[in-house]
Amino acid sequence: MSIDMSQFLETFYEESFEGLEIMETELLALDTGDADSETINTIFRAAHSIKGGSGTFGLNAVADFTHVMETLLDEMRDGKRQITQEAVNLLLTTVDVLREMLTALRENTELDHERIKVTHDQLEALLASDSTAAKPVSQADTMDTSSSTSPTAQGWKISFHPHIDLLKTGNDPVRILRELSELSELGEIESTMDASSLPDFENLDPEECHLGWDIELKGEVKREDIDEVFAWVEDECDLTITAIKTVTEKVAPAKEEISSATEQSTVTNSATKASGEAPKATPAAAKAKTSSESASIRVGIDKVDSVINLVGELVITQSMLSTLGEDFDMSKVNSLIQGMEQLELNTRELQEQVMRMRMMPINFAFQRFPRLVHDMSQKMGKNIELKMTGEQTELDKTVMEKIGDPLVHLVRNSLDHGIEMPEQRKAAGKPVTATLGLNAYHQGGNIVIEVTDDGAGLNEARVLAKAIEQGLVSPDAELESAKIHELILLPGFSTAETITDVSGRGVGMDVVVKNIRSLGGTLEVWSKQGEGSKFTIRLPLTLAILDGQTVAVGDEDYIIPLISIIESIQLKPEMLNVVVGKGETFKLRDEHLPIIRLHNVFGGHPRTTDLTQGLLVVVETDGRKIGLFVDELKGQQQVVIKSLEVNYKRIEGISGATILGDGSVALIIDIPGLISLSNQEKATSKYKKSA
Amino acid sequence: MANILAVDDSASMRQMVSFTLKGAGHTVVEAVDGVDALAKAKGAKFDLVISDVNMPNMDGIALIRELRALPDFKFTPMLMLTTESTTEKKQEGKAAGATGWIVKPFNPDQLLATANKVLG
Amino acid sequence: MTTTNMATVQSTNTMSETTDEKKIEGDATQFLTFILDDEAYGVEILRVQEIKGWTPVTRIPNTPKYMQGVLNLRGTIVPIVDMRMRFDLQRVEYTPVTVIIVLSVKSESGERVIGLVVDSVSDVIDVNAKDIKATPNFGTTLNTEFINGLATSAENMVMLLDVDKLLSVDEMTALAQISDANADVRDEE
Repeated sequence: MSIDMSQFLETFYEESFEGLEIMETELLALDTGDADSETINTIFRAAHSIKGGSGTFGLNAVADFTHVMETLLDEMRDGKRQITQEAVNLLLTTVDVLREMLTALRENTELDHERIKVTHDQLEALLASDSTAAKPVSQADTMDTSSSTSPTAQGWKISFHPHIDLLKTGNDPVRILRELSELSELGEIESTMDASSLPDFENLDPEECHLGWDIELKGEVKREDIDEVFAWVEDECDLTITAIKTVTEKVAPAKEEISSATEQSTVTNSATKASGEAPKATPAAAKAKTSSESASIRVGIDKVDSVINLVGELVITQSMLSTLGEDFDMSKVNSLIQGMEQLELNTRELQEQVMRMRMMPINFAFQRFPRLVHDMSQKMGKNIELKMTGEQTELDKTVMEKIGDPLVHLVRNSLDHGIEMPEQRKAAGKPVTATLGLNAYHQGGNIVIEVTDDGAGLNEARVLAKAIEQGLVSPDAELESAKIHELILLPGFSTAETITDVSGRGVGMDVVVKNIRSLGGTLEVWSKQGEGSKFTIRLPLTLAILDGQTVAVGDEDYIIPLISIIESIQLKPEMLNVVVGKGETFKLRDEHLPIIRLHNVFGGHPRTTDLTQGLLVVVETDGRKIGLFVDELKGQQQVVIKSLEVNYKRIEGISGATILGDGSVALIIDIPGLISLSNQEKATSKYKKSA
Repeated sequence: MANILAVDDSASMRQMVSFTLKGAGHTVVEAVDGVDALAKAKGAKFDLVISDVNMPNMDGIALIRELRALPDFKFTPMLMLTTESTTEKKQEGKAAGATGWIVKPFNPDQLLATANKVLG
Repeated sequence: MTTTNMATVQSTNTMSETTDEKKIEGDATQFLTFILDDEAYGVEILRVQEIKGWTPVTRIPNTPKYMQGVLNLRGTIVPIVDMRMRFDLQRVEYTPVTVIIVLSVKSESGERVIGLVVDSVSDVIDVNAKDIKATPNFGTTLNTEFINGLATSAENMVMLLDVDKLLSVDEMTALAQISDANADVRDEE
């Protein structure tokens, strides 16, 4: 029977990468000194699984590499080896190398043999250094030679006397005899049963074994094969195996200590099998498709079950309604209304549950940080403790995949610029060990992720000076603290005087802002000089659904994300202010805010162009507020976002489309995009007029 | 054909074992660790149990010990999936009541051969 | 195809007869033909997903004029192109026989579904590869870059469309920038 092993490879890769994440996390826990036996056990188990799987699925290089790692971990687990910082660092490197190896195999690219060998040698060196434990590898090697010399005799004499509890391990002497006879295929088997120790019938326990056999196996049978038959029961029987010599050969290897012999042959056997098996499977491994990360999703069975339940309810409601419809009259209108309500409830619940299937704990995005903080704090000579909370907070898988990089940027930024060197902290009377926090929690329909540090905070004078130098604010500007903090989010702003290895090369915070904005989220900065900083990311839980406000311009409907709407007002003439060259503004309480006429940017035929006749929707994005002029407000509803890019392309100012209750399509407005579009529009229309 | 309980915390190994055995016409119930396996074993009858040794929650050795204590599993063949470096584990497993072991890495043919051996 | 009957309703008698007479030969490809400003065009029938009557679409701002907007096709948002405008032909009011041919086209980013607004659908014809003639230079307003070749059906010339080129994204992007679809409205202010 031939089974295509490559079909299991994708699962193997997936679980191996998870295993590596676990190893990394736990190794970092070891690092900080709170090691317990369960921690090291968990690490061992992950390594062990990768080794077992890679061997089975023919990824020999991985199996060999993991083997050394496993041996080291085994010694640590058994307390035979001290867990040193050196060992932990090497193991962390090993994790990296393994990750690279698996990625290379999965994507069918070249393995970095050099790096693998270097790490492999380092592991071997560490193992050899002060180990008290014997190395299983070399053990196997020596056995290999000893047992392969074991001769093929003309026949064997076997005395097999099971202990009385042999049956209690599920073994069966009859099976063993059968196997022996199969071994001798061409040979013969002669067995004599010894029932001498059989007790009297009344004392006979059928669960006990009292019989013994003396067997003569003739023909050319290898000693190892016989040992293998008895391998499972070697400790549960008295066994002697004697070669039947032909003419006058030396009797030397005839009688042996059985248990060791069987053990040896098992070891050898598996070793040869491993090396013989593997090359066949390697081409299959190479075929594995590349980068299928986002193609599949692992969903807890509970989530699937709950969807199945809801579908069940939906089917019941549907059949109830269809029965009602077959023979409907107005007397049944109440049942109909009830049925429709039920249907609505079912549908909404189903929608929620299906959305939940895409949700994963943010831990998947957080788990890389312990390592990052560990490595970087060592590199920079800073003492940093990472505190994470809310790792189980769930968010959409797509959002999670995209928030990773911005988070890394923020964390690196805090580590590099925010947190001071230990001596500076000491001088400032702060604890030498700084704290970096990653917190996640749900708030309304959003997930909030905070990156906090108790470092130096933003240097407002420097930020302002830099912004003036960059021409981002006018030299005589007087800004309050919060406004100054926001300056660092602007494109082209960077205060880092030297580009460091740590926090990016010239990539500013504006990229982070852009990425977060593309997810429909926002970034806020809070900082206090000498006390630290806090960056707050606010993201929608899912990219698939949003709460929308429907607005109308002429006979066209648009959806504005509810999250960006502050209020809607009807303008009074005295609030209006037209600034020449700067467009229309209005006064809302103490602020003068620009007005964007939706029909100016998107076209269409508004019912009115009189600003005091229509409505102004005040929206906020990136701390900027604008008034969006529309004809009227319609309903609020949850809409499912559909992409325009699937069949067409991205349209500036539009984040997607949705299908309304009547089947028609409405476009969803992307506020930041709309603003930039409006600015371009102003520029071109000025140009047009002068032309 | 036999009813087999396959226990492994690794999804790929579990899939492979299960796929192989099902391919040979056996019925396979999968479990992800000892606790899961024990729950699935109680109140069910199996002709063979194949279990990994290293697992979270309850390892293979403990599982075999627990199963052996159940009347329905007194004589049921139980095989451990183990690696060559864990000789002590084999003995520990035997002491707990394991019938035998299959040494990792193994291929589907070896698995089937061993399973058929104990299934008779 | 559920809506093929629509196509036969539109077809002229002579054309249906020729179809019936013709046997599908070895390397013949079937084309769905449609009419635009009294000219016949053909699209590979395997690309055609459905044919539906004109229904109002949702306009997409700042797109070329020929981009009529988008339509909800069983949950998918499908862009609708007016072929008359795409070929710079004179625009006509949509009538009950105005139809949308829904096609799948290939682009760098995979397969896309688009709808073409045409005057009417006429027939299904078999065209042998050897019978396809190269496109002559019309020297007219007609855009020949979307034409794969010419075929004859019942003495009528049919222009075979290269549907993939028709809506290549680069093309659309470039045109979107040039075109100022909403200039008229803006200028009112």
